[in-house]
Amino acid sequence: MKRARVAYAGAFHEATPHGGGLRLADGRVVAEDAVVWLAPFEVGTIIALGLNYADHAKELSFGKQEEPLVFLKGLGSVIGHRGQTRRPRDATFMHYECELAVVIGVPGKGIARADAMGHVAGYTVANDYAIRDYLENWYRPNARVKNRDGGTVLGPWFVDAADIATPVQLNLRTLVNGTVTQQGNSRDLVHDIPALIEYLSGFMTLNPGDVILTGTPEGVVNVNVGDEVVTEIEGIGRLSNFIVDDATFGR
Amino acid sequence: MISNPFVPFAPFAFAPYRLSGTVYGVLLNHAPALAALGAKANEAPYKAPPKAPVLYVKPRNTLAAAGTQTQLPVGVETLQVGANLGMVIGRTASRVPAQDWASFVAGYAIVDDLSVSHDSFYRPSVRFKALDGSCVIGKPVPLERAPNPDALAVRVWVDGALAHRTDTGQRIRPLAQLLADVTDFMTLAPGDILLLGTSHGATNVRAGQRVVIEIDGLGRLEHTLVAAGAPHDHPMEPHA
Repeated sequence: MKRARVAYAGAFHEATPHGGGLRLADGRVVAEDAVVWLAPFEVGTIIALGLNYADHAKELSFGKQEEPLVFLKGLGSVIGHRGQTRRPRDATFMHYECELAVVIGVPGKGIARADAMGHVAGYTVANDYAIRDYLENWYRPNARVKNRDGGTVLGPWFVDAADIATPVQLNLRTLVNGTVTQQGNSRDLVHDIPALIEYLSGFMTLNPGDVILTGTPEGVVNVNVGDEVVTEIEGIGRLSNFIVDDATFGR
Repeated sequence: MISNPFVPFAPFAFAPYRLSGTVYGVLLNHAPALAALGAKANEAPYKAPPKAPVLYVKPRNTLAAAGTQTQLPVGVETLQVGANLGMVIGRTASRVPAQDWASFVAGYAIVDDLSVSHDSFYRPSVRFKALDGSCVIGKPVPLERAPNPDALAVRVWVDGALAHRTDTGQRIRPLAQLLADVTDFMTLAPGDILLLGTSHGATNVRAGQRVVIEIDGLGRLEHTLVAAGAPHDHPMEPHA
């Protein structure tokens, strides 16, 4: 089942897909652009992977990472479908990253690889933005690159784990203003979902609502003010985001 | 903002009334710590000293109340004590001008940001920083209790012996400037905590040891370390 969390007419609602729009749990049917889309689940810890598709690592001139390259993102960076993300006027390379987001359900620590998928509640689409101009070599990728307001786009739907066959081999792609700029398949993860759950749970308890952003394939390109960036994963959803300028924020 | 149902901290008597948010730490904000790196800060992999604050998240599995028993991971003999002044955010803080800091900080808490000691800061080292129970948070006190947050004495006691004497001064970014530079690109929410950064010369502790951190005006924070595999209370449950 696919579920969204939206705000409409004074309240928060759970909703399911209905034609091109949504059906709220209370029966009201509304259009996609009539609601405010929130992250489709209650987000806990956000664990992101860098360089987890071999082709993307090469694209950024890094060799294969033996240990997963993991960084954490804060809740303040999360926005939902159809949100706005700011591109600062001094940026020259701000790029999207289409990622399969894996949401933990059953908590655990020291989870063996063979048991890992039993801890997955479901999936959503993520867009893990980066502004490369601000990259520094201290705890890289650093917060000014990856932990910005609007930098973690999640949604539109939370898809139950039972609806997705394992091993998870889904096509991912990104479109900027309708043109495909990025393509990949999650079968090409360097460290796959069970490996990531085993690795992470080896040192930290994973709790319900924790989400693993599993990395992005090659094809990250700069986006500009006015662009609509759509990150799409087959069977999971089509997540849209709008790039806006500093002036929108009075900067 | 999204609340954190996993943090069972006792409420405290001033807004935001509970610690429901994210804890952010900052690396190398103590000038002597950066100076100690010497020429290395200019060499590969760093290539230059940091320009922006070097931040990291202490995720919710790390959060623990005073009195907690933090378990060392298997194969790790010691953890480094990270005695920190934590500023408790009281109002949504976005693009805070440094001179307005006091309108956004509700109070302070002593925080022990424990980590596996590491001397490479190139990658985020999440497996050294995000251990269960490795962010022990003391009872928050209101702003008025420490009118000069950049000049507070800090004392770390291990098993009753003074192990580290330092202060909240000599920060590359003092509290107000840190708040301003962080909130320039990332909004902090009520209930979030932003740490000021650990002082150079932090002490290490082993299983079985008891840590007490005192910060003038803020009281004291006490907790213990236990060995891997030892029976212990869950780190996220507060002790009496």
